[in-house]
Amino acid sequence: MDWRQLWDIASTPDNVPIVGLIPLLAFYCYLAWKQAKANDELIGELEANPAMAKTHHRKTWPFRPGWQKEIHVWPFLLRIEFLAAIIVTIVLMVWSITLNAPMEEPANPNLTMNPAKAPWYFLGLQEMLVYFDPWIAGVVMPTLIIVGLMVIPYIDTNPLGSGYYTWKQRKFSIGTFLFGFIILWVAMIIIGTFIRGPGWQWFWPGQTWDHNRLIYEVNIDLPDIFGIASNLGKIIFGAVIVGGYYLLGGFVVHALFRRYNPKDYQRMSLLQYSTMMIFMLTMIALPLKMMLRLAFNIKYVWITPWFNV
Amino acid sequence: MADENKNGKNGNQASLLVKVKAGIKEDVQSLKTDLPAKAKEQIEGLKDPTKTQVYTSIFRHKHDDTPRNRALGVLSNVFLHLHPAKINRDAVRYSYTWGMGGITFYLFMVLTFTGVLLMFYYHPSKVQAFRDVLYLEHDVPFGKILRNMHRWAAHLMVIAVWLHMFRVFLTGSYKKPREFNWNVGVILLVLTLLLSFTGYLLPDDQLGFWAVTVGTNMARATPLLGHEGPFGKMLGMTPYNDVRFGLLGGSIVDANALLRSYIWHCIGIPIVASIFMIVHFWRVRKDGGISGPAPVMLAEEADKPRKKVE
Repeated sequence: MDWRQLWDIASTPDNVPIVGLIPLLAFYCYLAWKQAKANDELIGELEANPAMAKTHHRKTWPFRPGWQKEIHVWPFLLRIEFLAAIIVTIVLMVWSITLNAPMEEPANPNLTMNPAKAPWYFLGLQEMLVYFDPWIAGVVMPTLIIVGLMVIPYIDTNPLGSGYYTWKQRKFSIGTFLFGFIILWVAMIIIGTFIRGPGWQWFWPGQTWDHNRLIYEVNIDLPDIFGIASNLGKIIFGAVIVGGYYLLGGFVVHALFRRYNPKDYQRMSLLQYSTMMIFMLTMIALPLKMMLRLAFNIKYVWITPWFNV
Repeated sequence: MADENKNGKNGNQASLLVKVKAGIKEDVQSLKTDLPAKAKEQIEGLKDPTKTQVYTSIFRHKHDDTPRNRALGVLSNVFLHLHPAKINRDAVRYSYTWGMGGITFYLFMVLTFTGVLLMFYYHPSKVQAFRDVLYLEHDVPFGKILRNMHRWAAHLMVIAVWLHMFRVFLTGSYKKPREFNWNVGVILLVLTLLLSFTGYLLPDDQLGFWAVTVGTNMARATPLLGHEGPFGKMLGMTPYNDVRFGLLGGSIVDANALLRSYIWHCIGIPIVASIFMIVHFWRVRKDGGISGPAPVMLAEEADKPRKKVE
């Protein structure tokens, strides 16, 4: 265990935000989960007792007689904002006094940094470069992330859970978002920061970054396993595999979604449903491709003269 | 007075002298009585400065603690009038909102302030940039804390934006009628990341240079528009005319790239982001304020029009 190495990575000034992000995220997940649990208990109680649901209050922190329903922004909201501004300022001050912004040697195109890392918030995408060609990892994926985030309000037809924390009423959408945000975005950043060392090789936390380490690894393409040699054969084979994944995967997702989310399934238009399917399957494809690469050393699935997947 | 010249035209000197004397006497007398009286009155007035003309010209209403004045305090102030005068008592709960949207905006203001100060010491040229940062760190009074603060506030802003999005998702706040504002938010998220990314190159050190090299190398592979991307070559893309060339102003990260990222960082993106922020805040109000904490809805009510339940 090389504690020095671990400390070097964790204390690199630009990695400190990630070190801070982990407990922050854990705290806010806990805060959300606590409120979701309380709301879900209330919902369960009211759904079990329709008579009670007609008269009972609908908040875990219910209104009490004698309270004002509305309060003045001045001072009740402004004091919170003011306090938040002061706290953030103090945090920034302390942070700026105790830790210096990184400043390395002058830019030198002839001296490549190893590892050369993108800013920490893009490390998830850089990690994807291991598994996908740059046009997918660097261009298509960011585009899909942005478009995918933008279509969320238009494909989530579930009217429940608007304006309060809940898990029970929105298992599918929250589960999907957690998978995308925590696993595919934050966890990849953590891997890119703490695990990837020189040569973008995998170093476990505490393992010394050996700049001379060589890994003997032969990656093969999926068509080669099946002995397909001709270009045309590879094109057709890859198209069948990728197309088959979307068809078969789409069928599995359809079967599950229909069963476990019958109401959403009914509410969704064909356009909403197919949009959701495409984004869902593309998301799931990421860990699948990662697994193919990490466990079976498979580089490409679909090889064409113009692009490789 | 005594010797007035009733014939008018030919007043003698003596009577004029008398008149002047009397006038001066009057003036002196007024100095003795009027001025102290006025002074006394004004000193008396200063005991309540809220009644002075200067004060009332700035503050348009009284500030004693009445509901009307509390409302006016928000409504008559251009900066505060983004807020409504009154809000639902639950909407100020920190455990619900996490305050991340507001913190993001505050960090944007901190970054604008520190950024403008940094601009005084920085030349976006290959010869000067790195030296300017060294100068800033070692010679400019408070230069080091200025730069540190700008960098850490930028990182913090990225985190705050993510957490804000996370909260908005978990509370279902993107649902009707807030779909559009969620989209504005996604654009602001992208702009935040781009702001941070364009700033990365500016110190012109190894860290920024290679991070931006790694980042912009991806643009080579843009389908159709990059010279290494699928179908790029077929469309005649070379390192000297593709999308990466447009981003960097050259085929490598060099002087033009520095200038371009400087302009995007300091002028281009902040202006665009400010416009989107205006829309974002405006829509928060127009879409009915903050989304909750709302009363919970039961599954059987899902497809019925919503009734008001407290």
